[in-house]
This record gives sequence, C-alpha cells and structure tokens, in this order.
Amino acid sequence: MSSILKAENIVKQYAAHRALDDVSIDVPKGCIYGLLGPNGAGKTSLIRIINQITRPDEGQVFFDGAPLAPEHISQIGYLPEERGLYKKMEVGEQAMYLAQLKGMSKREAKQKLSMWFKRFDISPWWNKKVEELSKGMAQKVQFIVTVLHEPKLLILDEPFSGFDPINTNIVKNEIYRLKEEGTSIILSTHNMGSVEEICDQIALINNSKKILDGTVKQVKQDFKEGIYNIEFKGNMISFTNALGAACELLNSENLDGRISAKVKLAPNISTNDLLKAIVGQVEVFGLQEVIPSMNDIFIKKVGENSIKKEANDE
Amino acid sequence: MNKINLIIQREYLTRVKKKSFLVLSIVGPILFAALMIVPAWLASEDEDSQNVEVVDETRLFIGQLENSDEINFGYEFRSLKDAQEDLFSKEGKYTAVLHIPKVVVTHPKTVQLFYKDKPKGSSIDYMENQIARIMEDKKLQDLYNLSYDQVSGLRPKVGIVANKIDETGNTEAKSDKLAMILGLVLAMIIYFFIFLFGVQVMRGVIEEKTNRIIEVIISSVKPFELMMGKIVGIALVALTQVGIWVALSTGIYAGAVTVYGDDITNNQKSQIEQVESSNPVGSELANAASDGSIFMKIKNNMDTINFPLVIGCFIFFFLGGYLLYGSLFAAVGAAVDNETDTQQFMMPITIPLILAIVIAQVVMDNPDGQLAFWGSLFPLTSPILMMVRIPFGVDTWEVALSMGLLIISFIGTTAMAGKIYRIGILMYGKKPSFKEIGKWIVTKT
Repeated sequence: MSSILKAENIVKQYAAHRALDDVSIDVPKGCIYGLLGPNGAGKTSLIRIINQITRPDEGQVFFDGAPLAPEHISQIGYLPEERGLYKKMEVGEQAMYLAQLKGMSKREAKQKLSMWFKRFDISPWWNKKVEELSKGMAQKVQFIVTVLHEPKLLILDEPFSGFDPINTNIVKNEIYRLKEEGTSIILSTHNMGSVEEICDQIALINNSKKILDGTVKQVKQDFKEGIYNIEFKGNMISFTNALGAACELLNSENLDGRISAKVKLAPNISTNDLLKAIVGQVEVFGLQEVIPSMNDIFIKKVGENSIKKEANDE
Repeated sequence: MNKINLIIQREYLTRVKKKSFLVLSIVGPILFAALMIVPAWLASEDEDSQNVEVVDETRLFIGQLENSDEINFGYEFRSLKDAQEDLFSKEGKYTAVLHIPKVVVTHPKTVQLFYKDKPKGSSIDYMENQIARIMEDKKLQDLYNLSYDQVSGLRPKVGIVANKIDETGNTEAKSDKLAMILGLVLAMIIYFFIFLFGVQVMRGVIEEKTNRIIEVIISSVKPFELMMGKIVGIALVALTQVGIWVALSTGIYAGAVTVYGDDITNNQKSQIEQVESSNPVGSELANAASDGSIFMKIKNNMDTINFPLVIGCFIFFFLGGYLLYGSLFAAVGAAVDNETDTQQFMMPITIPLILAIVIAQVVMDNPDGQLAFWGSLFPLTSPILMMVRIPFGVDTWEVALSMGLLIISFIGTTAMAGKIYRIGILMYGKKPSFKEIGKWIVTKT
C-alpha cells in the first residue's frame, strides 16, 4: 500500500527544547493512523509541521509521494486540539468563510454545507451566532468545516473532546464513513479505548522520540506476556500446587463460587501443558489468553521510557 | 491573494455591520463640525462686551479712556453710590462701574471695579493699561510742558502683517489661526484613529487567540497573510469611517453656510467690520468678511488653505501612521493571551504617540523650528507632527522625505511584527518577556 504521508527523520528545535528528535512516520493510504503520546511529547509539533504551520529544522515530509508544498494545504483537513470559532459570527457565514479559505468556491461551499448540516441535523443553526451554541454544537460545526473540502488526509487532534456519548458515536461513524470513501486519517488522542476501536496503525511518541509503531494488532501481539486467564471451580491450594514452579500465579478472585485466576506461563510451557497439569485437580470452565490493552501498552512504554530518560539525565 | 481578499472582506464586513460603527459615523461629524466651527466662532465673535461707567474723582480721565471691542466707557458725573445703584435699575445701560479715587495719583492701586458679570481678565488688563497710559501722559505733559497731541504722538500704533513668500516672489498673507486649528484638528484625528483602530487590530488578534480559531485559520493561510488581511481590512473600515465623516461634515458645513450665509443684517455686518478693523493682521480679510456672516468668514478663511494638498497628506499620513502602528499593535496582540496583559507592551507604543501630541503644541507655535523639523521626519511621530505643519505650508522635499521614511519603517515594522505574530499566536499561557519576544524576531519558523 502506498503512503499518503511520509515524514522522514524530522527534527524540530525550539530554543532550548527539542520538540521532535529524528521522528519518522509512514501513514498508508486509506488507513486510520493513531498518533499517541503523553502531553508535551511532540505530537502537536509534528502535526503543525504536516500542516505547514511550521517547518522542520531537519528531515522531509512527502504528501502522496511529492515533497510537501503549499498546494497540499487544500488537500489536508485539520481539526486542532485548541479549536474554536469566531463567537460573534453567524454559523453559516463562518462555515462559508472557512470553506473558502480552504480554496472552495462559494457555490460549492454552500452546496456541501447544506448537505452536511442536514446530515448532522443542524440546518436550523445556519443564522445563529456561534456564542449561542453549546460546546457540543460548536464542535459539530467545527468537524463539518474540517471535512467539508473533502481532504485526502484528515488530521484530527482529540476529535472526541467536548462531545457527549451520542455525539461521539455520530462523529465516530462519520470517521468510518470517510475512511470507506478513501480518506486517510491521522488521529491524535489520549483516549486509548477509541484508538483500539478505530485505529489500524499507531505510532507512539514520547520525549520527542518515536518509541513504537506498527499495526494495532501487531503491537498488541508484540506485548503479549504469556498471561492466561483461567476460570475454574475447586480448591485454590490444589490449583496452586498443580501449577508448580513453571507457572506463576499473578492474582485470583472469587466470582460466585468460581475462581478466576491470572497465570503467567514460562516460555517453554504451552497452554496444553498447563491444562494437563490442572485438569485433574479442579474443574476448568475457561482458558483465555490475556491480550494487553493499548492503555496498558501506553503506560508501560511511556513509563519505561521516562525512567530511562531520567537515568540518562542523571 | 484570493485568501487575503477573503480575510480583508471578513474583517471589514464584521466591523462595518456593528452598531458601534453606525453610532460613531453619526456622532463623529457632529463633533468634527463643532471642533471646526466653535473655535473659529469664538476667535472672531465676542458677545460679552461690558459697558463701564467711569466714576472719576480726579477728573483726569474723562473722555480719555479709549473704547475697545470688549469695553465701552461712559461718564455720568454722579456719585459712586448712585452709579452702583443704577447698575440694577431698569433703564440703566451699564454693566460695571470703574471707580477712580482722588488718591490714584499717589496710590495707583486704589482703582476699583464693580461688576455684575465677571469681565474677562484681558478686559481688566486693558483698563489698567489705559489708566496707566493716561497717568503717564499726564506726567509727561507736566514734566516737559508738552501738549496732549505731542505726547500721544510719542506712541505710534504698530501692526505687523505676516506674509508667506515662495521662490517666485509671490506673497500671501496667511491666516495662521485657521492653519493652526486645522492642523491640530487633523493631527488629533490621526492620533485618535491610530489608537482606535490600532487597538481594534490588537483586539482582533487577541480574539482569534482566545477563541482558539487561530490554528484552524493558519492551517489554511499563512500567519502573515492573516495579519496583513486584518490590518488592511481595519484600514478600510477606518477609511469608510473617515469618508462618512467627511461627507456628513461637508453636508453640515454646506448647510450652515446656506442657512446663515445669506442671513446678513446690517448689524452683523458692522459688528464684523468693527472686529476686523481693530485687528490689523486680519485686515485683508475684513473686506471679504464684511459681505458675509460669521460662516462666510470661516469659508473665506478656508479658501486660503490648499485643501487638496491637506486632504491628500491627511490620507497618506493617516494610513501610513495607522499601518505602522497597526502592525505593532498586532504584534502586541499576538504576544499576550488577554487584554489585561497588554499594558506592559502597549507602553513603548503609546509613548511616541502621546509625545507627538505633546510636541504638537510646540510645533503649532513654531512650525518651522528644529523640533518641528525632526519630529515630522521621525516615523513614529511624523504622521501627527507633519500633519500639524502641513496647513502652514511645508517644503515639498521635506514632505517627500517624511513620507519615504514612513513607508520604509512601515515595511520594517511589519516584517518584524510578522515574526512576533507568527510565533506569538501559537503561544498560550505565560506572558513572554521582551527578551523572549526579541528571540522570536530572530528565530526562523
């Protein structure tokens, strides 16, 4: 799959602070790409470079195979984390203005806007001033303005903040729909639940460096630790004895007479070996591999990285 | 370019549609007309003249005190008490009593004035001078045994007519008073507008920052385009405002001329003649003024000023000054998050402006002096100070140099402000120091 956006060895220095240190990402076409990282990691710096708000000190960015240039601005849609609208302006007038700034003609903007306003069920707001809208309503307008010019690449920075669950769902569905239509999307967020749900690929940035990337599936596979969840009925002591030295019991809890235990297997032990060992001792109801959540991976990787950095700093 | 137009359009329309714009458009010309008419009117017309009854116990001053346009002296030969009572009788024609006691010859400070309405300070000075003159004459007569005519011949009346001369030898008697008023009014308007619209630029930038729309917009346009679009858009608002003002003011002025200009009574005519004849500097205007009312007189005064030049320069220095300061105000707006933080950065901008208005008073008195010359070349003060000088007539090379310097520094400050702006608009939180802002100017994006 060819890539819509490729950033190679990006370095960005702000006075004493290095915001990006040799960061490369490769966003395939038609993919939802999660850009993850704690606050201040450098995500926004990278996004601003992609949007040509700032230029990298070193490194190159390619958009759809060509070096990033001003004419690409109209092919990118950007929903910044720090976003807002002119409060005193009317919704429709403002949406028209922002659409035209992205290079749309007046007629085209008007036509597309009325379609989107219908789709989001907000047509009656056209002549309202932005200050009369609730935060969620304003976010909807903002989302429409971002995607209106049908960009090839959509960059969404914390797109779900300010939405209630119903509206979050509406926006989520719109993101899926846009993906199906062929739009590539970069999603920057702290919400690991939505990353797991939506993203195909991720890159994790911490302390100005990329520390992890790959498909969500692959990353999760890579972070498996051979932990299994076993649900059984029987004596806890005989269960522990059956595990022997090769398996480590991490924790257990009693659920209405059944016991649920997390067990970490030694590398040379298979699940079949485990089952053989315990089948005679307790009644097994289920065995399931524990796959780490993106949240766990995030915390683990970022935590490790920070400890390492502190050690280096000292 | 198309995007800049869009920005200019938005900045312009959102402001012109505001109610405050409409209010200022209507109130402005009324104030403006008042500013033009009232000083001219006050300068030429004086209604509160005093009729002073002289109670002269020395009999030295009878018939000797000369009337002025503010004071008419009269003699009734009655006691002070009677004269004082007569001030309040119905048929009394006097408004004040001047009592000159016998001892005045030895004690000159014993003269007293009793009035109903306080006379001007200048009227009292005038009476003091008159009494002193008569006493002096009397002493001269007695000392040297001279006749009255011989003594008064010692004091010729001198009047200076100020003439402006150019290279070709053409001379022109200028009405300095009108040039002064006009220059000052136009300079005040420039000062006022630079502040008014400069602050609007700053507020606009802060608004975009606090509304957090800035990043949405600069992902579509360059920060410099946004800044220039805003400055130019607001400049057009200012020009529209001035345009409306000029149109309405001209309307009010023309209306005043037609209504009052034809309404000449003999009474008014003679009054004006009297005023003019006692004012030697303005005597060449007396003929023109005598066939018109007060408004005609203002009109005739106005004809002595090169209005196309004055208006042309006004528009140039107004725009130049606004653009210069506007970009600085934009930089201030970009550097801070809210208006309360602007104070510290406003200071260096407002000081030259306020200084210019203070110096304007000096320049008005001496429009060709050193201070006037340098002040009207220095770009941060030239829009105001050159405007004060222009109605008096300034050499072309000076105006051209001043304009050139203004254009160069406008380009310079805009480039600098653009750099501050570009970084400042994306900075939130801590207020930057001057040092940090200095760093922004030298860093590249």
